[in-house]
Amino acid sequence: MLEITNLHVRAGNHEILKGVNLKVNAGDVHSIMGPNGSGKSTLAQVLAGRETYEVTEGEILYVGKNLLEMAPEERACEGVFMAFQYPVEIPGVGSAQFLKAALNAMRKARGLEELDAMEFLTLVKEKLKVLGVEEKLLHRSVNEGFSGGEKKRNEIFQMTLLEPRLCIMDETDSGLDIDALKVVADGVNRLRSPDRAIIVVTHYQRLLNYIIPDYVHVLLDGRIVKSGGKELALELEERGYAWVEEEVRAAGKA
Amino acid sequence: MSDAMTDATKTIETFVDQEYKWGFVTAIEQEIAPPGLNEDTIRLISAKKNEPEWLLQWRLKAYRHWLTMTEPTWHNIHYPPIDYQSISYYAAPKSKEGPTSLDEVDPELLRTYEKLGIPLDEQKMLAGIAVDAVFDSVSVATTFRKKLAELGIIFCPMSDAVEEHPELVRKYLGSVVPYTDNFFATLNSAVFTDGSFCYIPKGVRCPMELSTYFRINAQSTGQFERTLIIAEPGSYVSYLEGCTAPMRDENQLHAAVVELIAHDDARIKYSTIQNWYPGDKDGKGGIYNFVTKRGKCLGRNSHISWTQVETGSAITWKYPSCMLIGDNSVGEFYSVALTNNRQQADTGTKMIHIGKNTRSTIVSKGISAGYGQNTYRGGVKILKNATGARNYTQCDSLLMGDKCGAHTFPYIEVKNPTAMMEHEASTSKIGDDQIFYCNQRGISKEDAVNLIVNGFCKEVFRELPMEFAVEAQKLLSVSLEGSVG
Repeated sequence: MLEITNLHVRAGNHEILKGVNLKVNAGDVHSIMGPNGSGKSTLAQVLAGRETYEVTEGEILYVGKNLLEMAPEERACEGVFMAFQYPVEIPGVGSAQFLKAALNAMRKARGLEELDAMEFLTLVKEKLKVLGVEEKLLHRSVNEGFSGGEKKRNEIFQMTLLEPRLCIMDETDSGLDIDALKVVADGVNRLRSPDRAIIVVTHYQRLLNYIIPDYVHVLLDGRIVKSGGKELALELEERGYAWVEEEVRAAGKA
Repeated sequence: MSDAMTDATKTIETFVDQEYKWGFVTAIEQEIAPPGLNEDTIRLISAKKNEPEWLLQWRLKAYRHWLTMTEPTWHNIHYPPIDYQSISYYAAPKSKEGPTSLDEVDPELLRTYEKLGIPLDEQKMLAGIAVDAVFDSVSVATTFRKKLAELGIIFCPMSDAVEEHPELVRKYLGSVVPYTDNFFATLNSAVFTDGSFCYIPKGVRCPMELSTYFRINAQSTGQFERTLIIAEPGSYVSYLEGCTAPMRDENQLHAAVVELIAHDDARIKYSTIQNWYPGDKDGKGGIYNFVTKRGKCLGRNSHISWTQVETGSAITWKYPSCMLIGDNSVGEFYSVALTNNRQQADTGTKMIHIGKNTRSTIVSKGISAGYGQNTYRGGVKILKNATGARNYTQCDSLLMGDKCGAHTFPYIEVKNPTAMMEHEASTSKIGDDQIFYCNQRGISKEDAVNLIVNGFCKEVFRELPMEFAVEAQKLLSVSLEGSVG
């Protein structure tokens, strides 16, 4: 579904990603882990199409298409969804209105009829129920005045509603207490399916207790230096990242 | 309502033939007064309109007073000096040298019409093409007018009112905005040529928004309009002014006056959409709009509500105000003002609390984009006898980009210790992160901006009649086109 080849990315004069290679198949859950500043979030943002980053080399194929040539909204309409690390507040814009605009933009891009207000409400209420989110969310402005947990839960709710093909979770666990973490993980697990891929970007292993990944990758200084199964995450939790750095350095010398 | 106005055939002519509308004959078209303003110009205007002597004298008094005045400079707008002697004050019927078909009209303008969803015939009309088709809305307007007449509602051009209801005009003209009021209002008093007159009899609730009529009619909106609305005790009227479509107009200076009078328990709701030509991207051309709008809540429990959506004009200078004289009277001002490119707006309101337990609400939303400069200027005065007066002011600014400006000048003067005043203000910016967030959810940049701007304005749009509110939303999106990278 997703194939990243030799991806180099810079922000200003600073090179952040220095040749990332990654292949993600439908049905897989990949976790990308790494210490602060390793480029994890940058990778997530580049996939979503954030314009503050400049891709200097490499390519990204998504369902056979050149992702880097697509505008952020086109990517979204093609099923790329990023749950934000810091969901943005949009005062004055009601959540219902926002979600309807999003859903209909995607439906339109896929050649489907746009939903009218009644159809939309029926659908959205059904999804709210699934996640156990209160209906009053719809009457609030997008993320405005939400607690950290509410914001993250809202991201998962949007993901549930929009049914993307590729979900990218950008440090969704940061700042969550254990209960909120479980709610988020439940939501994500519910979305696991053979035709959907999920990339979980995280600093800590604890989210992976609840979302069990198929693959774990370690991103270090702009490169994926180690990949493995879910047990790699546990090892990282136990031993930190230093030993991986050590390994990389040793391999470099050899 | 005059007989002539209720006659269906003539009604159609009214809409398609401006000269008739204002009582001119074709011959007069060649009689456009030479540029310049003096007492003879005023005598000419008055004579052409068959005005009674008292009105001529009133105009002359205004003119003489105007000569002693200087143009105000306290506002936060900048424009080259206006040469008042270069304007032709008697050119009311606009020249017919306009385009003859839509092919000759600026395609940019047509594109805008399309976006606003304006029917083709109406497009032609707005673009200044003579149309001989019969509009559906005309027959509707005719039906409306019959209904209005049955209720005793008078709704006609000011010139007709002067001839047919001189006693009402004489009683109320200048009673809210006196001819000495301010430089632009005084100029208007001397030279006004058209405008509307509306009278709602005691206890009558005007059964429709006075809108369809005006929308079609709006093409005749002149340079120096004078509007007068009188609501007798217990009556109600909702009046809609303006049009969402930008119109062709050769007049650069507009100085209108609107006076509203609400008697006991009467309510006037006045909604405006102003979308005059704003000038090009570099600020060339565009209308200078200097307007004086004021309502007198004369009676007990009277209620005047101003709602405006100002998106056009190179310069907007207007402060629709309320004088809350009657006890328990209520004044409201809801405003969205948008400045894009090089537009400048200095707008707001004055609420003068004179009677007891008077209440006022001000909600102002300023949007600045491009190099636009947007100023809110408000004055709330609680006079000595206004026991129990209350005011709530909310004043929000939204900035797009880093070259525009938002300015706020709220003046508050309280002379009664029982007054309750609330003031809230905010300034926000449409951030790249907000746009990106919307993009990531499949919403395009343009739609994202519309979503955010409409969210910002919703408290004001809520006050507009439904149909107008929808138009206003479309209008904002068209006006902001291209303002986000």
